[in-house]
Amino acid sequence: MYDFTYHRPTSVADAVALLGSDADAKALAGGQTFIPVLKQRLNKPSKVVDLAGLGLAGISLSGNALVIGATTRHAAVAASADVRRAIPGLAALAGGIGDNQVRHRGTIGGSLANNDPAACYPAAVLALGATIVTNKRSIAADDYFQGMFTTALEPGEIITSVSFPLPVEKSAYAKFNQPASRFALVGVFVAKGPAGVRVAVTGAGQNGVFRQKAMEAALAASWSPDAVAGIKTSAADLNSDIHGSAEYRAHLITVMAKRAIAAAG
Amino acid sequence: MGFEGIGAAVKRKEDGRFLAGRGNYVDDINRPGQVYAYFKRSDRPHARILRVDTAAAASAPGVVAVYTGADFAADGIGGLPCGWQIHSKDGSPMAEPPHPVLAQGKVRHVGDPVVAVLAETRQQAKDAAELIEIDYEDLPGTASVLDALKPGAAVVHDEAPGNVCYDWQIGDKAAVDAAFAGAARVVKLDLTNNRLVPNAMEPRAAIGECDIAGNYTLYTTSQNPHVIRLLMGAFVLHIPEHQLRVVAPDVGGGFGSKIYHYAEEALVTWAAGKLKRPVKWTAERSESFMSDAHGRDHVSTAEMALDAEGHFLALKVSTLANMGAYLSTFAPAVPTYLYATLLAGVYKTPVIYAEVKAVFTNTVPVDAYRGAGRPEATFLLERLVDAIAHDTGIDRIELRRRNFIPANAFPYQTPVALQYDSGDYETTLAAALKAADHTGFPARRQAAAAQGKLRGIGISTYLEACGIAPSAVAGALGARAGLYEVANVRVNPTGSVTVFTGTHSHGQGHETTFAQVVAEQLGVPVSQVDVVHGDTARIPFGMGTYGSRSIAVGGSALVKAMDKIIAKGKRIAAHLLEASVDDIEFKDGKFSVAGTDKSKTFGEIALTAYVPHNYPIEELEPGLDETAFYDPKNFTFPGGCHVAEVEIDRETGVVRVVNFTAVDDIGRVINPMIVEGQVHGGVAQGIGQALLEQAGYDDGGQIVSGSFMDYTMPRADNVPNIHVGTESTLCTHNPLGVKGVGEVGAIGSPPAVINAIVNALEAYGVRHLDMPATSQKIWSILQAGAPRMAAE
Ligand SMILES: Cc1cc2nc3c(=O)[nH]c(=O)nc-3n(C[C@H](O)[C@H](O)[C@H](O)COP(=O)(O)OP(=O)(O)OC[C@H]3O[C@@H](n4cnc5c(N)ncnc54)[C@H](O)[C@@H]3O)c2cc1C
Repeated sequence: MYDFTYHRPTSVADAVALLGSDADAKALAGGQTFIPVLKQRLNKPSKVVDLAGLGLAGISLSGNALVIGATTRHAAVAASADVRRAIPGLAALAGGIGDNQVRHRGTIGGSLANNDPAACYPAAVLALGATIVTNKRSIAADDYFQGMFTTALEPGEIITSVSFPLPVEKSAYAKFNQPASRFALVGVFVAKGPAGVRVAVTGAGQNGVFRQKAMEAALAASWSPDAVAGIKTSAADLNSDIHGSAEYRAHLITVMAKRAIAAAG
Repeated sequence: MGFEGIGAAVKRKEDGRFLAGRGNYVDDINRPGQVYAYFKRSDRPHARILRVDTAAAASAPGVVAVYTGADFAADGIGGLPCGWQIHSKDGSPMAEPPHPVLAQGKVRHVGDPVVAVLAETRQQAKDAAELIEIDYEDLPGTASVLDALKPGAAVVHDEAPGNVCYDWQIGDKAAVDAAFAGAARVVKLDLTNNRLVPNAMEPRAAIGECDIAGNYTLYTTSQNPHVIRLLMGAFVLHIPEHQLRVVAPDVGGGFGSKIYHYAEEALVTWAAGKLKRPVKWTAERSESFMSDAHGRDHVSTAEMALDAEGHFLALKVSTLANMGAYLSTFAPAVPTYLYATLLAGVYKTPVIYAEVKAVFTNTVPVDAYRGAGRPEATFLLERLVDAIAHDTGIDRIELRRRNFIPANAFPYQTPVALQYDSGDYETTLAAALKAADHTGFPARRQAAAAQGKLRGIGISTYLEACGIAPSAVAGALGARAGLYEVANVRVNPTGSVTVFTGTHSHGQGHETTFAQVVAEQLGVPVSQVDVVHGDTARIPFGMGTYGSRSIAVGGSALVKAMDKIIAKGKRIAAHLLEASVDDIEFKDGKFSVAGTDKSKTFGEIALTAYVPHNYPIEELEPGLDETAFYDPKNFTFPGGCHVAEVEIDRETGVVRVVNFTAVDDIGRVINPMIVEGQVHGGVAQGIGQALLEQAGYDDGGQIVSGSFMDYTMPRADNVPNIHVGTESTLCTHNPLGVKGVGEVGAIGSPPAVINAIVNALEAYGVRHLDMPATSQKIWSILQAGAPRMAAE
């Protein structure tokens, strides 16, 4: 990696100030994406601003929302009794990200800020109609994801938490691993809650996570795997690579949707 | 002390330091004043180098030196040698184009080193490398052998027009043609063997050092330090052997990829001589993908002529083997003498003819990788046998039995040069089928079908050859080195033993197995035996570890050296016990006079040898230290039967290996626990090859699977519990009766897995499937073929 200065502020305001002071300053959360990028010299930050001292980790359950702090590790989400009770599909999703080491370092904020088209969390956030809370505003999931590695975040803006509306009646995630990286080749999150019935697909789309609205309509009418079994996704806007053609991904969306619905009960 | 000799499952002595993180690997070594080397590598598959400007890099902070191919040319350094010469059908020697240490004139594969930057820190070397400007003129490139052979294909080396390295043959073509002409039936199969990246856990590393008197030391991640000393000293850098020490300390896996002499080793040694400062290089993982020799990569056609009862009459094989962009150290031998000579397998096919064309492409050089040629031969043969069963309707197992070389036919001369000394294929087959509960399979298939899964079972009855030998024969076939092994047994004055072996352990557990052989023979406890390897300054000589040769060849040398120790000990004992040497017996660590209770312990004899007060000094030298060089009479021939059972998810195409049984004949078992571990590791790699691994290139030679994000290594959850059994016949020509176990897992397993998948897909009309059997590939088959079952 290139040389940079390392900062570990203890307030969001200080962190925002540091990030705003310099166009090449970058935030560091769990480092699971950022550190490999630095090691490969694909990014040359002037300052690295570690968010670990901001006190943003933690999970709280209020009457109508589950709020997960931005620096909460995947392992903590997976293990949380509150998450398991309120949104079991979300806990299961977090427990299936990467491997043990990744889950004990990677954070929900980092995953959402990065918005890897094969990441898992975006599917849950979109399907559950969550709100991304930053140092200056709240962004609805529908507005937040704007394509591969692209989000509504402005330069220097920090995610502080993610708020999932409750009660969630049904939730489940079915992931088909890309065999080498074990990110999602196709991941489908199905949910029924305050945001309605939603089906969000990650891994497959050329523009990142997206909603499968035909499936949503079918499930709204009848919540069962059979309801979506005949619904195909057009391969036209899907990714194609050495691990899966667009057609294979399109097929897997239906299979994973069926499995997620079955798992959600 | 319980029983620790041959056959005991002694815990591995070396694991204490490995588990505690106290291993001593090359990257753990730091020499005073060392500088760091960083290689600027080609990011293009094939290009002419028009200009290299290193001026800015040379004046960057911390930079000590910057070298290009021109510096080596100016120093009269030719390049990396090839250790094996093959001759083509027409008698001409193979094309052997130069393999410069740093590229000269052209780059020929992604990863080809072009410039080396040496700086005070690794970071500074990398920073400076970014300032290097290289102007390239891109040339068309090729990655596949089929493309490289097309008329008008880009030529990788001017010395090899048409990209052909050699066009070799073995066997009696006329006899094979005659047999085909008279055959009741011919079954043909086209198949490929996928290219693999070895991916040892420890990346390669090297440190070169040179003192003021011109004495060099190279610390390197090698499976064979003496071979590196010979190749690099004599053929590349012209350093006399007494002034070159090569140390290969703890090495974290090799699988073949650390046999070869690599450019980085030559560079750090040469530069250390120039700078009189140690030079260190450690590969990053992405460098490993583009610079460690790859494995396999064959395209073949196989045809078997049969009589009406399914007896094999003749086999005809034609193979294209990818050499990559340069000849790696032993590359030419792999698709010839380690491959085509294995095509008889366990079958009594009377005549065989094979032709092999080796082809240059714009890819990383290909060389031996766990199994080296034998996995390719086994995959071809065991797939072909299943295809014959498919086409003729003869049961797969019955077909094999009908064609097995019977247990009473040994020694057995094959039509492709090898003479098998021992084996019993019926016994390993029967044991494997029993252990795998083959008869219970239909019930398991039915149960799986009820879950919506397709279940299949497959077997492979394989044979391989280890401990490539003897030297004279290997030499006649083109080897440029001997293939013996060396052991020096030093009995210390108090009776403990230090073994200096020319083999090298990089995960295999030699410190334990070799100690067990000493315990067996000399009656010394394993804790009193130290096994030293990996240092040319301490070990007399040796050829290293590859081809599962260590116990068969190195262990034999060890026994021969101990025979000399015992013979000398008997003379000392005879003197002390005032008896005739002929009456002295050595057993259980005691020298005794036959038929009496007069005896001396091994320790007493050792002490006498070093404190020769009462000693036959007129006729015997003091000391107890003996060396043996052992040149084997023949290869050894492990074989056996692997049974794989798979389940396929009909919706996704995902294949899971749900059961795996390996029953191997590896000759005498020294340590059954280590044997199991070796088979487990090999089978994991075989399952990786069968289901997951593919070194991907695009048509032009760009790497598309250059990291673990895209190259699928098998993980624990891809591998089932593996049942390992052994059914031994002993090797008849080495003193321990051992055959070797390092590679059987990787050789026997891939066709068993693919045969199981083809079996699972039989209703879909599948006859053959190339590796890796990815879920997408299976899904396409499921999509395309309307299952007959559905119609029923
Ligand atoms: C081997 C491996 C396997 C993986 N498998 C999966 C998988 O299966 N599924 C999956 O979803 N992910 C997977 N990941 C990614 C993992 O989930 C990471 O946690 C995630 O990519 C980034 O989170 P992080 O906390 O590590 O962020 P970092 O790597 O520290 O940061 C990533 C980016 O986000 C920015 N950032 C971080 N936090 C904030 C914030 N609060 N506000 C604004 N910007 C911020 C950083 O500046 C940086 O640009 C895997 C990673 C690895 C290494």
